Amino acid sequence: MSSRIAQIRLVSSHPEVYEPCDDSFALVDALLADRTNLLQHQPALCLELGCGSGYVITSLALIVGQEAQYIATDINPHAVKVTHETLEAHGVHAELINTNIASGLEERLKGLVDVIVVNPPYVPTPEDEVGREGIASAWAGGENGRTVIDKMLPVADTLLSKKGWLYMVTLTENNPAQICLQMREKGYASRILVQRLTEEENLQIIKFWRDSDLQVAEKENKTVPAKDMESLLSDFHIFPFLRGSHDDSS
Amino acid sequence: MRLLTHNMLSSNIKGVTNGFPLRIEIEKVVEKQVEFNPDFLKNMFPKIEWKALVNASHSMGYVELPEEVEPSRLDSEDFLHKFHHALLELHLEEGALVCPETGRRFPVSKGIPNMLLHEDEV
Repeated sequence: MSSRIAQIRLVSSHPEVYEPCDDSFALVDALLADRTNLLQHQPALCLELGCGSGYVITSLALIVGQEAQYIATDINPHAVKVTHETLEAHGVHAELINTNIASGLEERLKGLVDVIVVNPPYVPTPEDEVGREGIASAWAGGENGRTVIDKMLPVADTLLSKKGWLYMVTLTENNPAQICLQMREKGYASRILVQRLTEEENLQIIKFWRDSDLQVAEKENKTVPAKDMESLLSDFHIFPFLRGSHDDSS
Repeated sequence: MRLLTHNMLSSNIKGVTNGFPLRIEIEKVVEKQVEFNPDFLKNMFPKIEWKALVNASHSMGYVELPEEVEPSRLDSEDFLHKFHHALLELHLEEGALVCPETGRRFPVSKGIPNMLLHEDEV
């Protein structure tokens, strides 16, 4: 069964806006791989943090359909305009807000979002490059590429509904295993949907969801069983063996 | 910007305690037809601040929403269509959202609100 995603020739552009690249394609591939689950999930509200060219939110809207409502944010004013053009070119709609992560939405949108997608600025850079204007905001991630990711994760936790899912792009340098453990402490299970070795980057697309067993364990102050932890971490151990090709698992 | 979004936005200025709802300043409103989806409306209804939606739709010239509403109204097709129109079909295309506490204006241009803060507001 094929599903429509955004077409590159219809994606708008601007010199100050990040164009769809391997990381964007990997994220959309993960959404496609998880399409059946997404359709069964019947999300009402979907959100993208940092929408850039609009390639990902447009693809999500095409995959899930217009029965859901979509909101997309970007700190770069050019990016929200370009996203608007990309959405229009595909005949789908998302509400756009020019803001830092989800500033202005956190109070009222708390616990309401069923799907969040994030392709964060994950590239390790000097700290003073983070939050600069224009296209740099699309990639500058500070120390280990974690500065913006570490701000986004608590926001995602606040906004996600009880059945909420988060799809996020990470780079091996971001220490994704540690991100998963951190999210596990907040009651989220996780799974790598796609891993991709490009010429320059080793990327993972991770899906997080609230796991009621983990949340109970957290409340009762129990530690996560070592067995589960091993299986979680073993997901990451396969990377050294991936050389020169990519492996998509669904 | 749809009124659904207006209903989900608050003033994000540091120190503001009553940042909701943002007052709407209108330069241009457009109406865009959206497919009617009663399930979505029923799902969203409990999450909507009704008074804010009524006032926002009034300010945009739509006066069909009742001031007070009981959840039983969701059984009425007529009511759902009005709710649908106010929530999803009225767009603030040009104008501003104004912080109710400080009066700070957040401009809305081409339907996109700019909620970016100045350094001294973060």
